[in-house]
Amino acid sequence: MDEIFGFPPQLLFAQIFMGLINGSFYAVLSLGLAIIFGLLRIINFSHGAMYMLGAFSAWFGLQYLGINYWIALVLAPLAVGLFGLLIERTMLRRIRHVDHLYGLLLTFGIALILEGALVQFFGVAGQRYPTPDELQGGINLGFMFLPYYRAWVIIASVVICLVTWLIIERTKIGAYLRAGTENPDMVQAFGINVPLMTSLTYGFGVALSAFAGVLAAPIVSVSPYMGSNLIIVVFAVVVIGGMGSLLGAVITGLALGVIEGLTKVFYSEAAGLVIFMIMIIVLLVRPAGLFGRPE
Amino acid sequence: MKQPRHEAQSAASSKIADNAEEHLCIRDLHAYYGESHILHGLNIEVWRGDVVTLLGRNGAGRSTTLRAIMGLVDKRSGSILLSGTETVQLPPYRIARLGVAFCPEERAIFASLNVEENLMLPPIVGTGGMSIEEIYSLFPNLAERRKSQGTRLSGGEQQMLAIARILRTGADLLLLDEITEGLAPVIVERLSEVIALLKQRRYTVILAEQPSFAAPLADRNYIIEHGQVVEEIAAEEMEAKHELVESYLSV
Repeated sequence: MDEIFGFPPQLLFAQIFMGLINGSFYAVLSLGLAIIFGLLRIINFSHGAMYMLGAFSAWFGLQYLGINYWIALVLAPLAVGLFGLLIERTMLRRIRHVDHLYGLLLTFGIALILEGALVQFFGVAGQRYPTPDELQGGINLGFMFLPYYRAWVIIASVVICLVTWLIIERTKIGAYLRAGTENPDMVQAFGINVPLMTSLTYGFGVALSAFAGVLAAPIVSVSPYMGSNLIIVVFAVVVIGGMGSLLGAVITGLALGVIEGLTKVFYSEAAGLVIFMIMIIVLLVRPAGLFGRPE
Repeated sequence: MKQPRHEAQSAASSKIADNAEEHLCIRDLHAYYGESHILHGLNIEVWRGDVVTLLGRNGAGRSTTLRAIMGLVDKRSGSILLSGTETVQLPPYRIARLGVAFCPEERAIFASLNVEENLMLPPIVGTGGMSIEEIYSLFPNLAERRKSQGTRLSGGEQQMLAIARILRTGADLLLLDEITEGLAPVIVERLSEVIALLKQRRYTVILAEQPSFAAPLADRNYIIEHGQVVEEIAAEEMEAKHELVESYLSV
């Protein structure tokens, strides 16, 4: 078989693969957004900035402190998660009793400040982050060339999403979280420290996006605006999947990445638009999202 | 079957030892939701092992009293002593840890959890709670449907679940808000058996209820109006004061 629908298979597979990589980032980021939205009812507009902070701390660590990729993959999410915890404790908590729109505005402001501060120090030009030695090169599968690092990105993303999902669906802590999403007052009346759980949840959601940021660092150029470019698409993914559903966020993220990749093959002009077009259709037909429950 | 019953008995007999202990003492309690001032200086005293009912019209402040004890109102002032510990400044999760459990009017069964997860959700806050086997033998329906989604149960089953859930925790002060509302007579009958069992085991129970259900079970009845206690009637006086109660509750 030389061609599929008139396209060389190499091109097709390469784009599906690229789509899966983008989809992995969409999945991890929208999963974090959905978790945060579930408990805090806040649409975390600083999510992209946290992703960028993750990538930047990895780059900074390597550049100035000699911290290698693998350690950064653990440390950067921890550091950014702690930072998120601090933001929740000092700022988001204070506006919990007012309209959720204020949370959106506040997190948007935080994102702008973070981006602005990093532009001030490092400029807008992207920094290069080298692929870790262990994952240099790739393998020729016959129908396409598979770079090891990119395969790792997909595996790591899917694993982290799966682990997160299992924690939430199958553990006691997850049960508190699910119950708290429905009725925080009642969970608190059972003796659970819901304010603490809320802080930790925000920290965890933000740490997920920092993890995605470190994963992305060797693939994209590390720049202050890398998050804001991505986050608009991620919001569309969350809208399509449905705000409340965690598994929906992951599946939608991966699927839309692939759809975007395929659009590049068949009608490349529409590649940047296809997700938003799907979003419009979903909003018209199923406003709660593909996996969401209407409230 | 025998093992848990034995355990419960020993827990019950240890409760008898501190018979005359004051369990809950509320003085000059004011409670607010946002701008609305609901409770206006409420006073209630409950001894360990008492079953007490709060009677009153809708909106009189019965539910708010229970929610205020649990800390689930926007603002409260006055004094709420729980076995001598002041709790009026504490957050709900700290109050719960002192052995208080709340069954809300809307039951608050979690849709994202199955029956067993709902049942196992509240952490253990005290000794002498019922074992899961004991709960399932008390509410066999819940055992049959343990893997069903919580909100797929019938209204009666949901009510059973909401009560069963707090019996596991070892909390010894139970706040039950309108547990019979909208349920079939046969289920109401079952609930009154459950309350009788709780009384026998020397739980302290506060019911916000209708007098028809609550009066035969209660040691004491408080009539609440406009956020205050207007009448306190002991069980043996209920019959004699029937007309007085009626006059407070009729619309």
